[in-house]
Amino acid sequence: MFEIGLGHYLTLGAVIFTIGVVGIFLNRKNIIVILMSIELILLSVNINLVSFSIFINDLSGQIFTLFILTVAAAEAAIGLAIIVVYYRNAGTIRVEEIDKLKG
Amino acid sequence: MIAHAIFFYIFSFIAVISAIMVTVSKNTVHSVFFLILDFISISCLFIMIGAEFLGMIMLIVYVGAVAVLFLFVVMMLNVAHQKNTFFKSTHGSRHIPIGLLISLIIFFELVIVVGGWKYKPDLINSISLEISEVSNTHSIGYVLYTDYIHLFQLSGMILLVAMIGAIILTYRKREGLKRQSYFSQISREKTDGVDLVDVEKNKGVKIDV
Repeated sequence: MFEIGLGHYLTLGAVIFTIGVVGIFLNRKNIIVILMSIELILLSVNINLVSFSIFINDLSGQIFTLFILTVAAAEAAIGLAIIVVYYRNAGTIRVEEIDKLKG
Repeated sequence: MIAHAIFFYIFSFIAVISAIMVTVSKNTVHSVFFLILDFISISCLFIMIGAEFLGMIMLIVYVGAVAVLFLFVVMMLNVAHQKNTFFKSTHGSRHIPIGLLISLIIFFELVIVVGGWKYKPDLINSISLEISEVSNTHSIGYVLYTDYIHLFQLSGMILLVAMIGAIILTYRKREGLKRQSYFSQISREKTDGVDLVDVEKNKGVKIDV
């Protein structure tokens, strides 16, 4: 209980990953919250990589976390730009009203 | 050791609660604030576990840039007033129980993997970059610009492409805006710009603007 090991960090990563997936599935609001859920998922991946890197004593996990951070920032910028363009064209970004593809 | 455990539980509790609040809170602006709180607590965990550089970079990149970007977009798009109709579907679709079921399955799979997982015996021999005695930032700097230089440059290219893509996506031409046109500026001739008139005495000249 009071000995914090690798399992604790992995469990925390699993919990945050699941919350992110739930946020994508159950969202009835707007797409911005879906983007934030994707950020949560990437964050949980970062937690896993960093905790493995520390507990195995191998630095490459932290290097990969740095690259994941870069990709996450680029993804957020592109996603928000797409959302802005869609809002300008369609006037809404509610998930239920985006049904042009009849999905 | 006790203090380490207590701080771990505090920060992870805050992280999990704020992650839940990101998905369920009624206001989008509140979601962004809870996302910031989540990132801060996770970066505290990183600093606690010994990855100081990544914790600080998380603070700078996420809280300083990404979260502010989200806030700007939320304020620009005027969607903060859209109330969350969580768990209330208008079309009577059944995606919510199915989504919860799939999420539970994913969670239990992850828990099974975490619980039943062991080191491979020869893992210690296969460590590629052993963490040395120098500080965390030093050791990252030793390898990031030598062994991983190509990946580092490639991530810079990713950022460049993302920047150009975001600018091109959101750029629009607006009417009635005065812009500088280099082509018409350079190809301007003397005959276009200067008009010679003979001014009669005591009459003056009328200037059309």
